[in-house]
Amino acid sequence: MEAFVHIWEPVRLTLELAAVTTLALIVVATPLAWWLARSRAPWKEVVAAVVSLPIVLPPTVLGFYLLIALGPGGPGGAVASLWGARTLAFSFSGLVIGSMIASMPFVVQPIRNSFAAVGDRPLEVAATLRASPSRAFWTVALPLASPGLLTGAVLGFAHTVGEFGVVLMIGGNIPGRTRVMSTAIYDSVETMQWREANILAGGMVVFAFAVIFSMILIEKRFARVRA
Amino acid sequence: MTAGVIRAGFRGAIGKFSLDAAFVAPGRGVTALFGPSGCGKTTILRCIAGLLRLSEGHCEIDGELWQDRNGAFLPTHKRPIGYVFQEASLFPHLSVRRNLTFGAPRSAEALPPGGVAFGEVVDLLGVRPLLDRSPRNLSGGERQRVAIGRALLSRPKLLLMDEPLSGLDRATKDEIMPLLERLRDRHLLPIIYVSHDLAEVERLADQIVLMEKGRVLAAGPLADLQSDPSLPLAMARDAAVSLEGVVEAHDARYGLLTLRVTGGRFLAPTPPLPIGERRRIRIVARDVSLAREPPGPSSILNILPGRVISAKPVASHEMLAVVALGPEGQGARLLSRLTRKSWEQLAFIEGAAVFAQVKAVALEPPRGDLSE
Repeated sequence: MEAFVHIWEPVRLTLELAAVTTLALIVVATPLAWWLARSRAPWKEVVAAVVSLPIVLPPTVLGFYLLIALGPGGPGGAVASLWGARTLAFSFSGLVIGSMIASMPFVVQPIRNSFAAVGDRPLEVAATLRASPSRAFWTVALPLASPGLLTGAVLGFAHTVGEFGVVLMIGGNIPGRTRVMSTAIYDSVETMQWREANILAGGMVVFAFAVIFSMILIEKRFARVRA
Repeated sequence: MTAGVIRAGFRGAIGKFSLDAAFVAPGRGVTALFGPSGCGKTTILRCIAGLLRLSEGHCEIDGELWQDRNGAFLPTHKRPIGYVFQEASLFPHLSVRRNLTFGAPRSAEALPPGGVAFGEVVDLLGVRPLLDRSPRNLSGGERQRVAIGRALLSRPKLLLMDEPLSGLDRATKDEIMPLLERLRDRHLLPIIYVSHDLAEVERLADQIVLMEKGRVLAAGPLADLQSDPSLPLAMARDAAVSLEGVVEAHDARYGLLTLRVTGGRFLAPTPPLPIGERRRIRIVARDVSLAREPPGPSSILNILPGRVISAKPVASHEMLAVVALGPEGQGARLLSRLTRKSWEQLAFIEGAAVFAQVKAVALEPPRGDLSE
């Protein structure tokens, strides 16, 4: 029973974290991707590069800065003081913020690409049919870009599940609060609990396969829709 | 501001291309923007739609100001237009029915003058069997018909068409052209029609705006521009004039129709048509020869008196004469292409009374097209 809790706790927390992060990311990344795809501002690629930084940066670097930002001296601490806490670090909300930043490029990129692939024409057609820019966005651009949104959501979810370094730095691996699957595996190996490590690691392999396989299916469906 | 008038002028540069074009056209019938590819026709159409905003522009439709030089600019979605693109550009994620109703007003407001109901448009364009299908598996012609219907159902006060036939094969063009003619003849709304195909323009247009390299060469009623020897239309090898004829009589014995145009009558071999119906006829300059005296017995049916109002050499051995029908030369104008030798031997001069012998009169649309 104790072993089950040991395994189930991090799994539940991981799924919760990934689901909340993915939802929040879709809400934030969709308008950002729309702007990156449509704007003619010359400095938009600077924004795109900043968003993509987590792909290249070591997670420890990201984690380090996040720790400072979420800590008592940073903006995260200021936010936390609203409900009487000292810091957002080592909390679930801190993990969500960290995961969002770490997974952002994997969500923004496919959505941006699919908005770009929609092109000007459908939006021009919508405008000539009296659709306001917001109606054109909701009824034309968004449905046509939906394969990109789906890809972004799957990648964002998967990347959040797989994130280790950032989570360890800002989460601190607290059982039941911030210990997710990736850190739990590390912990199990450290403490020689090979059985737990095996189950969690095996689960991750199955999960990774499912993610990649569903990505392929989405791509195929996308190709058929475009044809 | 003037009601019933389309007034548009745009100036600006897009990359290396510069546009400086303005025209005024009546706010009814079909106005063709005609010229070679790359002369700026589509650019003008996009400016009228508000899809493109050049540095300087003025656009006024039937007394409504859409754009002026002081910075007024109505965004596209607030302009009561319908726009048919060269590629049908249907929404692939919506059924044919939902494509058609995308721009239709959702509330049951009163039909504006000239408004058309869903069923009417669907039947006019023959798309009823397609309603529940996805646009992905429609043929090119079907798609374009849906696109035209979608534009009409948005209740536009002005229909803009950008070469709607140019991406289609011959047979599909022949299937859609009669629909466009029917649309024109029902006088639902003014149409601005962009084309580089003279045959389309001759069949459809009431007035044309002739363009070249971003400038307007001339604008006016189709027949006036066709018969103006200072313009490239009249000087072309296959120059022709299009005249409006009214059916006066039908001779069942010989299968001949009498059509009256201003200043004369033509006989044309066709199946019977109702008396009083208007039909466009096309007369090619090469099919018109001139005589000084009324010719004796001849197999040519159409011999009409008229006067030469101008003549101009084309190439080294040919002349192009403009002949106004009627003994006083007050009627419709024909073009005649004749050799310089005949011109000089018969001692034609401008103002001379002549007899135009017309070998062939083509009725448009071609027989059978509008048989229903």
